[in-house]
Amino acid sequence: MPEANILPSGKARIDSLEMRGVTKRFPGVLANDRVDFDVKSGEVHALLGENGAGKSTLMKILYGLYHPDEGEILLNGKPVTISSPNDSIHLGIGMIHQHFMLVQTLTVAENVALGLPSSRGLLTDLDRVSKRIIELADIYGLKIDPSAYIWQLSVGQQQRVEIIKALYRGAALLILDEPTAVLTPQEVDELFTIMNQMVKDGHALIFISHKLHEVVEISHRVSVLRDGRKIGTRPTSETTKQDLANWMVGREVGFAPNRGVVERGEVRLKLEAVSCGSDRGTPGLRAVSLDVQAGEILGIAGVSGNGQRELAEAVTGLRKVTEGKVTLEGENVTNLLPVELTERMLSYVPEERMRDGMIRNFSVAENMILREHHKMPFSRSGFLNLGEIARHSAELITKFQVKTPSQETLAKNLSGGNIQKVVIARELSRKPRVILAAQPTRGLDIGATEYVRQQLIEQRNAGTAILLISEDLDEILSLSDRIAVIYEGQIMDIVPREEATPAKLGLLMAGVKDESASVVTT
Amino acid sequence: MRSRLNSLFDALLPVIATLAALGVGAVMLLVLGANPLEAYGALWVGAFGSTNAFAETLVKATPLLLVALGICISFRGDVINIGGEGQMIVGAILATSVGLTFTGLPGWLVIAMAMLAGFIGGGIWGGIPGVLKAYFNVNEILSTVMMNAIAVQFMNFMLRGPMIDPSQAELASKIPQTARLLEPFRLLRWAPTRLHLGALIAVVLAILVYILLWRTTLGYRIRAVGQNPNASRYAGIDVKRHVVLALLLSGAFAGLAGMIQVYGVNYRMITDGSASGFTGSAGFNGIVAALFGQLHPIWSIPASVLFGALLVGANSMQRMVQIPSALVTALNGLVVVFVVSSEIWRRRRQRRRLAAAKEEDVPPKPDPDTPGKTKVRA
Repeated sequence: MPEANILPSGKARIDSLEMRGVTKRFPGVLANDRVDFDVKSGEVHALLGENGAGKSTLMKILYGLYHPDEGEILLNGKPVTISSPNDSIHLGIGMIHQHFMLVQTLTVAENVALGLPSSRGLLTDLDRVSKRIIELADIYGLKIDPSAYIWQLSVGQQQRVEIIKALYRGAALLILDEPTAVLTPQEVDELFTIMNQMVKDGHALIFISHKLHEVVEISHRVSVLRDGRKIGTRPTSETTKQDLANWMVGREVGFAPNRGVVERGEVRLKLEAVSCGSDRGTPGLRAVSLDVQAGEILGIAGVSGNGQRELAEAVTGLRKVTEGKVTLEGENVTNLLPVELTERMLSYVPEERMRDGMIRNFSVAENMILREHHKMPFSRSGFLNLGEIARHSAELITKFQVKTPSQETLAKNLSGGNIQKVVIARELSRKPRVILAAQPTRGLDIGATEYVRQQLIEQRNAGTAILLISEDLDEILSLSDRIAVIYEGQIMDIVPREEATPAKLGLLMAGVKDESASVVTT
Repeated sequence: MRSRLNSLFDALLPVIATLAALGVGAVMLLVLGANPLEAYGALWVGAFGSTNAFAETLVKATPLLLVALGICISFRGDVINIGGEGQMIVGAILATSVGLTFTGLPGWLVIAMAMLAGFIGGGIWGGIPGVLKAYFNVNEILSTVMMNAIAVQFMNFMLRGPMIDPSQAELASKIPQTARLLEPFRLLRWAPTRLHLGALIAVVLAILVYILLWRTTLGYRIRAVGQNPNASRYAGIDVKRHVVLALLLSGAFAGLAGMIQVYGVNYRMITDGSASGFTGSAGFNGIVAALFGQLHPIWSIPASVLFGALLVGANSMQRMVQIPSALVTALNGLVVVFVVSSEIWRRRRQRRRLAAAKEEDVPPKPDPDTPGKTKVRA
């Protein structure tokens, strides 16, 4: 360390930050109830909690986006008032948001400089900014090209730009709001390396996540919030994943869903040498062949952006298959319309559930019939049968444990977990023959994740063929009967469950066919 | 309690906004040396002061409502129809030619045929931008406005040439107008006022549009496509077709408004060369009425009456207190600006309240409102 109290970025260290008795009320909700929280220089303090537990509110208070109704914030032992993000930035607090705040069409340097006064008055000083970015990147081991455009960068790189942005603005304390949600396992490792470096240099980090293994791996202390109240704070070394999970949810949580032994049936979905393009004009899928049998879950593992989206779209009729053949229950369905595939009882849980699976301004009931709205009994000679729709959605709400004030509630007012439950309810209640589930638990809290996985397993046990696309390796490993690894639009290998280990899959995901072979090139 | 106050406030907001606009208008009246109280008194009397005045208000409200119904459909489908003027004109031309051609048929039949013709004419005029938008990605705001210009010239051509009143054709003046419709083809009037059956037809249609939007599969689809084309596509809805349908239906209702103007009010088409000369700008004001009615067909009824009243009342105000006619237009504009802004403000307030209430409950994944999709809002 160069000098005491000074960070390598040249800014003063934040030795300690303490939030005392913070209370925040929203109409009808006590979001934070007398929460105490503190973080010190040189540590990662993880903040755990389910969606709705109050994590984001607490952090938004710290970042100056909300004002607490009660409680105080002490910086290095002195009370401070943070009434806007400007104040918090001034105090050396930075926040990496879940949704990156970057302008896609600008360069890294331009994004970093955005909103800051130029050192040359009316002229830009991007060369100085770039120089400083390179300095910072060197210090923290963040590889980044200041002249690259954001749209050219991977998600992991974009996150690094966000970190640089915070450091550039002098952040000594960094709040990372679910930073790993969008990253590949490799990118997570890189992020952790960066975080460790920052901590060693004296930064204080607050790490928000619901991935327990990450919390256990990276943090020094962990605090758990539940229903707006802090359940406790402990050194991470004195806890286990199971403890933390139980703490968070307030009851015993089962991690691995009960998989019954199921006789696999006939091949329901078959892809033979399927190729298609991608949105970027490059090949999306290259001669992908796989099949899914009745009563099995075929997991597609892979690093984000290796053709998973294209695969899902090719199977569901949303993307034109340029070569090869897709067969559904023996029938050639290549390039049929989505509606025709729907009629053949293919169900689809889309990756971007809010964009593709839901209509935000439609009620829960209206969303429940999105796929079948034109069919009996929901529609009769062009008129909607409101009674039947209400009955149907009431039934699904009960059966799939959707938490909603009423079935007339607009979908956008539900939590992420409950929105996914509506999608799952709609797609699974049709008694599908084949289900394609893309990232079905991404962004969900533990309780909802557990529920969705259990539902998929039950469908499998009932003899449905399921193609599961997930970037969460744990999910793939715990659910799949067989695992196909996708890399640059190709299936690297298909491994039976028994032979699949994270290490083996990890290599395949990186494009290495087996340990002796070299990386597959295009 | 607080939430009930809030919703009461929300419901009254358009009224408050209207009053605020009149308040600003009062300042302008003062500057012009007119007494605002006197002026607004004249406005009130002009719009509601007598049976005849109220009937005139309803006569003006009728085309507004019909256009507004179409606007409810298209805006719900997330297509912006600015082509009401042109659609009214084309609907009226078709409907008028029906009345002038089938002179031997019974009145009720000709009226029914004319309604259909108006519906079809407006539908074509709305459908063309619909097809352009859905299949060629042409911005519908531009195309509908341009279709207005085409319609005006088409009307001027027809009324000077093929459809000109035969008696005018012989005269030197050659006023560009059609012959008058025969007596039995004219919509029933509630004598001695000019209030005609068209007003009732419009109200019935408002109920039908409500049913269309919320009780039929077609309406469900139009709304679904308007709210989220992606999810609609995933659910197997033909997005393009419903974009076309939304604009086509929207145009059809405007076309019907054109028909009603001819068969209920003027009994002939006449042009002064501009679109508003025939439509009275109902094609534009109908948009405002629909927005004022929160894009709800039933709420569009009182909204249309309000704007009808403003139009009629402003005329009498102009006569009584001697103010420039431009001020009347400005007053209308003020109401529009205030109401539309208040609506935007209300939505923002509501979103903040909702966000606050369910804070922490927000799903962590991408916010579908933000991605780089270009959403055009008028």
